[in-house]
Amino acid sequence: MATVQVSEAEKVYILHGIRDDLRVDGRGCEDYRHMEIETDVVSNTDGSAKVSLGHTAVLVGIKAEIGKPRPMAPNEGYLEFFVDCSANATPEFEGRGGEELGKELSNTLYKVFNNKHSVDLKKLCISKGEHCWVLYVDVLLLQCDGNLYDAMSVAIKAALFSTKIPKVHISNDEEGGKEIELSDDPFDCMRLDVENVPCIVTLCKVGHRHVVDATLQEKACSVASLIISVTHKGTVTCVRKMGGGSLDPESIFEMTETGKRVGKALHVPLMKLLQQEESLGTRQKVGFLG
Amino acid sequence: MAADMRLPNIRKLVSLSLSAGDRRDLVVPGDVITSDSGFMRGHGTYVDEEKLTASVAGEVQRVDKLICVRPLKTRFNGEVGDVVVGRITEVQQKRWKVETNSRLDSILLLSSVNLPGGELRRRSAEDELTMREYLLEGDLISAEVQSVFSDGALSLHTRSLKYGKLGQGVLVQISPSLIKRQKTHFHNLPCGASIILGNNGFVWLYPTPGQQDEEAGGFYTSLEPISLSDREVISRLRNCLLALSAHKVLVFDTSVLYCYESSLQHQVKDILKPEVMEEIVMLTQQKLIEQEG
Repeated sequence: MATVQVSEAEKVYILHGIRDDLRVDGRGCEDYRHMEIETDVVSNTDGSAKVSLGHTAVLVGIKAEIGKPRPMAPNEGYLEFFVDCSANATPEFEGRGGEELGKELSNTLYKVFNNKHSVDLKKLCISKGEHCWVLYVDVLLLQCDGNLYDAMSVAIKAALFSTKIPKVHISNDEEGGKEIELSDDPFDCMRLDVENVPCIVTLCKVGHRHVVDATLQEKACSVASLIISVTHKGTVTCVRKMGGGSLDPESIFEMTETGKRVGKALHVPLMKLLQQEESLGTRQKVGFLG
Repeated sequence: MAADMRLPNIRKLVSLSLSAGDRRDLVVPGDVITSDSGFMRGHGTYVDEEKLTASVAGEVQRVDKLICVRPLKTRFNGEVGDVVVGRITEVQQKRWKVETNSRLDSILLLSSVNLPGGELRRRSAEDELTMREYLLEGDLISAEVQSVFSDGALSLHTRSLKYGKLGQGVLVQISPSLIKRQKTHFHNLPCGASIILGNNGFVWLYPTPGQQDEEAGGFYTSLEPISLSDREVISRLRNCLLALSAHKVLVFDTSVLYCYESSLQHQVKDILKPEVMEEIVMLTQQKLIEQEG
């Protein structure tokens, strides 16, 4: 992971600032940096989104392909996650350098989405036991400036929102086999219900308090952080502890409560923004060169 | 809890000065500088079909028959006498390696620092062994460029009480081209904080120190908590610096101060929002033009 060096005195400055609820950039402990979200930025995907949070930039593309359902769940489709760490973000990711982080991030994503409520997987089934939609969620980290998890989860939610899966028609041919026909009309498509897709909130324990949306400098001052994925109703779908330090059971409880509150509040502006962008229709995209 | 989400907008730079199109000395890669063959090819240029062409975006400089292009987006090219802020990356025998945003790590020799106990102290073998007690990996220092080695690496010195280890404060990194060269790069701003504008684009913001203890030779750092009001001023200045650098405004004491004054009607955390940033920088530029005229 991209790390920065911080001197002892700088650490003390950051620590005292967080204690007084005034962080280096003027935010309070539970404030996010301002976030820019745009969907449909990559034309050759079924759904995509780009999120920038401070200097962190994440691009998510979703491709829908027809595959075979898993034997354990014959009437459900499934999601596959892959996280790629671009060497653009930090030179450490060059070659195979980003693989470990990518693996860790995608494993977390599998855990976060490993429940019946996040995405309605039954809707992805085409014919029971034979065909289903597989959604390949590809995440590309373009820049790292702390808080990768939160930016990534917001980007995934936005990309799932913009995903358009073509409608299929199944017809039986003469030999009794089934033939799948994809609709040619680009507007004849299926949309996913993203209401229940969780957002991840990362809480970093710094000193005696915890902060959300930590910058790299703040991350360098923290020994342990807690990752909580929360749905819009406040249901927690996954909790993970990251970092080498230990957390007091009491502070874990406190952090989960904060995470739930912050996560719940995070969904409201996000859904509002996505609907607003949708209602604007064909807006000129800013993309990557804005 | 506050989360501000928005659609991205196409960014445009706030500019009240002449449009760049009127400036003949600003070039982008591929621009023909001259088709006259009487000139010599310097840094940042190449000859394409007998025409001298720019290979980097920047300002054309001519010395006699030699034409160079000084790039605007570049690492720090140090010159003797420059004030820099840097971070120690390595402790070696008789010297420290310092990250100063140049192409090569700069060097701070043990013999070019002021050790506690006066100017004329001999450096003994013990001093060599206790180098880590003075400066540790990750520590920030302010220093001056003493000389430039043949490979372009810088040799620094801190042989003055104003240089040395930096204590509590905030480092802001901006492009070295945005720092205006001035007589002094150390300022005590009237808003209640101090600033070191390193020529290398590293800007250090810290609370204005009270009486300094001269015995420590600049290696003592106070870890006392800083008051909330000082903190707020420093955070505001930090965000102002980032706003100035986002809109490519030259950074020097006056511009920072004007920007700070223009930002006072906004909350500290709101300064980094694009529309607020634009407004503040616009006000700053107006003030700067008024002051010039």
